[in-house]
Amino acid sequence: MLAHWVILAVSFGYLGLLFAIAYYGDKRADAGRSIISNPYIYTLSIAVYCTAWTFYGSVGRAATTGVGFLPIYLGPTLIAALWWLVLRKIIRIAKTHRLTSIADFIASRYGKDPLVAGLVTVIALVGILPYISLQLKAVSTSFNVLYTYHSPAQPHLTSLWSDTALYVALVMAVFALLFGTRHIDASERHEGMVAAVAFESVVKLAAFLIAGVCISYYLFTGPSEPVLDAINSPRLAKLMEMAAQPGGYASWFTMIFLAMSAIIFLPRQFHILVVENVNEEHVRKASWLFPLYLLAINLFVLPIALAGLVLFPAGGVDPDTFLLVVPLFAGQESVALFVFLGGLSAATGMVIVETIALSTMICNDLVMPVLLRLRSFRQGNLGRVLLTVRRASIVAILLLSYAYFRLIGESYALVTIGLVSFAAAAQFAPPILIGLYWRRASRKGAISGLLAGFAIWAYTLLIPSFAISGWIPAAILDQGPWGLELLRPQHLLGLGMFDPLTHSVFWSMLANVGLLVGVSLFDRQNAMERLQATLFVDVFRHGESDTRLWSGTATVADLKGLLARFLGGGNAEKALVGYAAEQGLDLRTKVQADARLVGFVERELAGAIGAASARVMIASVAQGEEISLEEIMRIIDETSQVIEYSHRLEEKSLELEQTTAELREANKRLKELDRLKDEFISTVTHELRTPLTSIRSFSEILRDHPNLPPEERQQFLEITVKESERLTRLINQVLDLAKIESDSVEWTDTLVDLNQVIGEAVGTMGQIFRERSIDLERSGPPGAVAVMADRDRLIQVVINLLSNAVKFCEPGAGRVAVRLEVRLNRARVEVIDNGPGIHPDEQEMIFEKFHQLKGRHDEKPRGSGLGLTISQRIIAHHHGRIWVESAPGAGARFIFELPLAKTEKS
Amino acid sequence: MAQTVLIVDDDRNIVVALEFLMRQAGYAVATAADGRQALDYLADRAADLMILDVMMPNLNGFEVCAEVRANPRLAHLPILILTAKGREAEKARGLALGADAYISKPFSTHELVELVRTLLLGKSEGI
Repeated sequence: MLAHWVILAVSFGYLGLLFAIAYYGDKRADAGRSIISNPYIYTLSIAVYCTAWTFYGSVGRAATTGVGFLPIYLGPTLIAALWWLVLRKIIRIAKTHRLTSIADFIASRYGKDPLVAGLVTVIALVGILPYISLQLKAVSTSFNVLYTYHSPAQPHLTSLWSDTALYVALVMAVFALLFGTRHIDASERHEGMVAAVAFESVVKLAAFLIAGVCISYYLFTGPSEPVLDAINSPRLAKLMEMAAQPGGYASWFTMIFLAMSAIIFLPRQFHILVVENVNEEHVRKASWLFPLYLLAINLFVLPIALAGLVLFPAGGVDPDTFLLVVPLFAGQESVALFVFLGGLSAATGMVIVETIALSTMICNDLVMPVLLRLRSFRQGNLGRVLLTVRRASIVAILLLSYAYFRLIGESYALVTIGLVSFAAAAQFAPPILIGLYWRRASRKGAISGLLAGFAIWAYTLLIPSFAISGWIPAAILDQGPWGLELLRPQHLLGLGMFDPLTHSVFWSMLANVGLLVGVSLFDRQNAMERLQATLFVDVFRHGESDTRLWSGTATVADLKGLLARFLGGGNAEKALVGYAAEQGLDLRTKVQADARLVGFVERELAGAIGAASARVMIASVAQGEEISLEEIMRIIDETSQVIEYSHRLEEKSLELEQTTAELREANKRLKELDRLKDEFISTVTHELRTPLTSIRSFSEILRDHPNLPPEERQQFLEITVKESERLTRLINQVLDLAKIESDSVEWTDTLVDLNQVIGEAVGTMGQIFRERSIDLERSGPPGAVAVMADRDRLIQVVINLLSNAVKFCEPGAGRVAVRLEVRLNRARVEVIDNGPGIHPDEQEMIFEKFHQLKGRHDEKPRGSGLGLTISQRIIAHHHGRIWVESAPGAGARFIFELPLAKTEKS
Repeated sequence: MAQTVLIVDDDRNIVVALEFLMRQAGYAVATAADGRQALDYLADRAADLMILDVMMPNLNGFEVCAEVRANPRLAHLPILILTAKGREAEKARGLALGADAYISKPFSTHELVELVRTLLLGKSEGI
């Protein structure tokens, strides 16, 4: 048994140490050398989540429901993965708008509405009181266990003045006053407190681990032994099954859900995670370090719980106290004392942060709006008043918690009370989360949702807790109010499939979300709501809150006076001088405050008295000169549109670049084509002018020299006629080629027999061959060789090849052969001559327009230079190919191939 | 002794016509079927005037013109450019290269003969 004075001395010594740490932290912060500005301290401070409830209660819960202790840790662990997305956004918004509490945050989102702020504050207060009373209960119980071990015949309720819990409450109140309300700070940040809370997190983790190791190795051979013992005992083995859960899976998942929302939306968690956050980058590391902390503090929960069950099978010991009783049982009093300190850490950490957070909310969102309406508070320095209100709030909160503890506390297990608070805090999740991403969520929607959710929470969880503790008639649970069964608090509308907690969460969330969304859909937001909604939802886009909210008539002196009333003259001066230096202003010469300065002062004030009250105060100074909110919305919308637009512009310009490149390429090709066309026209002109020149010259000669010798005269006439023919042919072929190339030829494709085509061509050319005494031979298969083609055009091709051959053959010694073959699915026509042949360099070029070869004796050939070009186009049209094979001096072989018609050969 | 006109054209008929016209006008005539032959002729024989076609295989008229002007011995040989390309730009190019006159095909035989006569008169006056 530990002496009374030892416990007290150690306790106060420990609290003194905490205060020293906090004091040091504040000093360092004032000196600008923060000790908390790193992700590790941030993570440890988040561990204020682990209260005395989880410290003692998780062992108790594990002892009664096995794995039922896990959801409280699983929830935050699962949701931590999303912190970088969600929490960072909340932090960014809070920092931008100087929001200092969860009430402030929600109210600010919904048009800086004082009603919303007040409502959130009331919900938080009513919801969290049981939770604080839980801490009082834990500390006093642990104190009593430590003090009275071996004489457990402690009467349940002692008289008020000998109740440890009362003294615990009072000590904690003093402690919270010292930590949280030494001065009013515009950003509501308490570095010293955060440092102390982080230190407490280390102590409670160490205490838990030491107790775990001690119990496992001192009483047992290791942490697995109590677990094995339990598994071997059929009674305890049941604990390891899901069936041990009251409410089964549904309850388990409800708890996970509640823990998920509690880790951010409990007022103290919001305060530590958001308001006290130094750097949003810390969130990144905390989102995996914090789950690690939770894992560590849970390592020994099951072994300790099972050790307690194994050691005290009769059930005479409250499982919530196993963590203390088991070491005491083992005679390890110093370990027990350390555990007590751990529990004390958990409790004080929670109580301090929670009361500070709540007192800020009460002060800013409940008391100030009322005070500011009173004439007597319109003037004078309100800084003192603010401090007084907060201090009074802290004391009141703790006394109320104590009252709740006296009334209800004894009849509930630790965890159950905690979960009631979690369920209350979960009501904040819909307005915050939906408000973060859905612009249309409106003030009326939020108010309806919160009111309904809160009402259902109170009716289905709070009222039953009163009933169970006998404070109101228990009959309401079984029969409903006035005997209305449908309204039974734990079986609303006859819903009986859930445990009470799940039942409450189900109905309250359904009402909350349903009304928030439903009402918002039919609601028309006013301009302020839309402005705030846009600023919240698009915080990463807009950055700084828009400061063009006010114009005009506020004077610098008025604003300074306003700040001084809440922050004190010195702080006000400091803030304004800092602002002026940053903006490069000289406030001594400046009389009229611009919109930016007004915005700055409003944010400073918001830090001290909340966004809603700050707005009222600013309005009282900047008389009626509010720029139309519609105007602001327009500006903001425009900004987003411009951003959106420039983003799209960027994409467009990329596309444009591509298109430009394509266009440039196309242009190049067009130019090339244009050049080719010019060249063609130029060549055509040349080719036309040449015969025309001869015709005109000889005609003039004949006209001017009527007495020419007959043979000369005959020769000149001959030339004139030939050149006329040449001109005609040329014109025809140019037109022909132009038609083919412009695709305006009407092809009359039919089944054509190539044998007949060749026959016709040979018939036409026969006369010329005979004239020149050039031998012409044909060979080919006997039957028809059918291709799908334009008959006349094919004849044209063959004639062209034959006339070329004639042109290059030596008259009298020339031999030309036409061969038709069928190769696989293609018909092949060859025209072979024994002329001079074609140099390999020219074999490709001869198919180009106006490319002409020298004829016999260097005489210019009489062709148009277009025949082969036209032939090639015709063959290409029929999906065939034409080319020449030749060796100089060995004649030329022109070949074209066409696909055979798909019908059977007839 | 009659002055010699060198006729350079790859179109045989035009050469026949020009030859007839020049002889009728009282000049001696030499012919070449392309630029290369023209330069070969001028390398060892003299001419008093050259009628030069532009579009020819083996050295076109412009190239011949440039080469003739580059040769000091031939620098003052009158050149009459005769071409089927009727564009102003071509005409300017030919004159810039040192041609003395430019006439497009098809031409008037009278005009051509007159032009040749003028050029040759100018030449003899110059000497």
